[in-house]
Amino acid sequence: MIKSNLNRVETKYFTFASKPGEFVLESKERLSPVTIAYETYGTLNKDKSNAILILHALSGDAHAAGFHKGEDKPGWWDNMICLGRAFDTEKYFFICSNVLSGCRGSTGPSSINPKTDKPYALDFPIVSIGDMVSAQKALIDSFGIDKLLTVVGGSMGGMQALAWLIRYPESIRSAIPIATALRHSPQQIAFDEVGRQAIMADPNWRLGNYYEGNPPDKGLIIARMIGHITYMSDVSMAEKFGRQKKDNKQPFKFTADFEVEGYLRYRGDNFVKRFDANSYLYITKAMDNFDASEKKPFHESLSGKSLKVLVIAFKSDWLYPAYQSKEIVKACKYAGIETSYCEVDSTYGHDAFLLETQEETHLISHFLKGISKGRGKI
Amino acid sequence: MLNAEKEIIKADHQAILNMVEPNSLVLDLGCGGGELLEFLVMKKNIRGQGIEIDEQAIYRCVAKGLSVLHGDIDTGLSEYKDKTFDYVILNQSLQQLKHVETVLFDALRVGKKVIVGFPNFAYFRARLRLFFRGRVPVTASLPYSWYETPNLHFLSTLDFLDYCREKTIRVERKVYLTGEKHISVLPNFFANIGIFLISK
Repeated sequence: MIKSNLNRVETKYFTFASKPGEFVLESKERLSPVTIAYETYGTLNKDKSNAILILHALSGDAHAAGFHKGEDKPGWWDNMICLGRAFDTEKYFFICSNVLSGCRGSTGPSSINPKTDKPYALDFPIVSIGDMVSAQKALIDSFGIDKLLTVVGGSMGGMQALAWLIRYPESIRSAIPIATALRHSPQQIAFDEVGRQAIMADPNWRLGNYYEGNPPDKGLIIARMIGHITYMSDVSMAEKFGRQKKDNKQPFKFTADFEVEGYLRYRGDNFVKRFDANSYLYITKAMDNFDASEKKPFHESLSGKSLKVLVIAFKSDWLYPAYQSKEIVKACKYAGIETSYCEVDSTYGHDAFLLETQEETHLISHFLKGISKGRGKI
Repeated sequence: MLNAEKEIIKADHQAILNMVEPNSLVLDLGCGGGELLEFLVMKKNIRGQGIEIDEQAIYRCVAKGLSVLHGDIDTGLSEYKDKTFDYVILNQSLQQLKHVETVLFDALRVGKKVIVGFPNFAYFRARLRLFFRGRVPVTASLPYSWYETPNLHFLSTLDFLDYCREKTIRVERKVYLTGEKHISVLPNFFANIGIFLISK
């Protein structure tokens, strides 16, 4: 694995909408103030034309690359944001922010509600993918950036890229939605609902008011375990774990006998240390509610726009199957947008967007080179 | 064989180049690694879009800065609006399609003009091999053995012209090639490739 070439990075915070009721959500509810946690890598050029917005998935955060002080684990897309990789830190300037309703520094259900001086919990309004994007737009504006070179992300990050295409097409030159969908299928909603039910069935959840006591860790662990199953593929699981058994000296009837059981428990245990259960509810709901064609057909939103789009899907991804990416491509074709699409042959399942860095690097680095040349309209 | 094939590619690319107006919008169906599109971009400043089924070829297209869609031509055209493109190119891909008619008519719908290039099955060497040796033709333009050929349809240039007449497809230009040579005498006998500019 290539080691990050970035120096120590740190998360910064941008607060806006400080007047009461200033930030209006899609639900017409109001929120203020709004804080967005973000990180930047590379250098913004003079005419501010080399900025790229990195969009994270459900469990991600603003820490996409480099190392935080005292930590030995790099950011979640560090193998992509690096000199000579897909996102070259010598050429481009990167911004990655934690989504609105998240729990990693941005305003969310675990933030303090100024009206009560207590965490919002379920008083936090329902947030949409579009609202997340509007908050990102405020952050981008604060940098004085007129047009982003591209917006890019996988999974929920891809949904945000689509929302950028709908909401702010004039503010981007291109978009790279990866392993994502115009809308969730019933199957995707079903998996999210099981995760939410696991959290809400935990007695510690107490209608979201757990911030002064024990959080609903058990529920969140189960939600995360289910999530992990859907992120992998039959093949990748077989390769990683087989039917390998762990060594258990004092076997209890239902200990984690198999490697895969141990892995899921380990990932679940780690997840609760950094993630808020209520944020999990809000964010998965935002994904389920997202529909790129809700207000008007997606292709109409694109029609006549000077944009370039690169869509990437992965063969073994059964959570966001390639047919969903092809629907994005179809809309782009119909709208006459210059589009590239590749279905990468991978066995990693949905996780591939974090792992197939060689193919992604090839596709994305050449695509970025071409943006400055192309007119984007066919 | 490889060199001969290369020359054929060059000659047919040149012939297609001559059919395309500068600055036009071109869709290349079965664009492979994007060699033809890149050639057209360089020489005629066209804007191009490719469709290709082979994943590795997609990476080669992207490296050339081309816009390319990974997918099947047989199902790839229905989303385009009428007359979106100035030219739709089916070079050496027509004979490999499952649904030739559907694709050809869709190409004529989404393109103002269509350029079709395919190997001529009635080329004299193919005829000789079949007639005297009793073997299925393997020629420079039909280089595959029966067990490995991607070709599903075998046609001669006359077959194609008959077809166009029958379906009232206008044939605007015809180019016949063998290697780099343009063939004008008895082309259905002496040419191993036919390239046609057609419209509806």
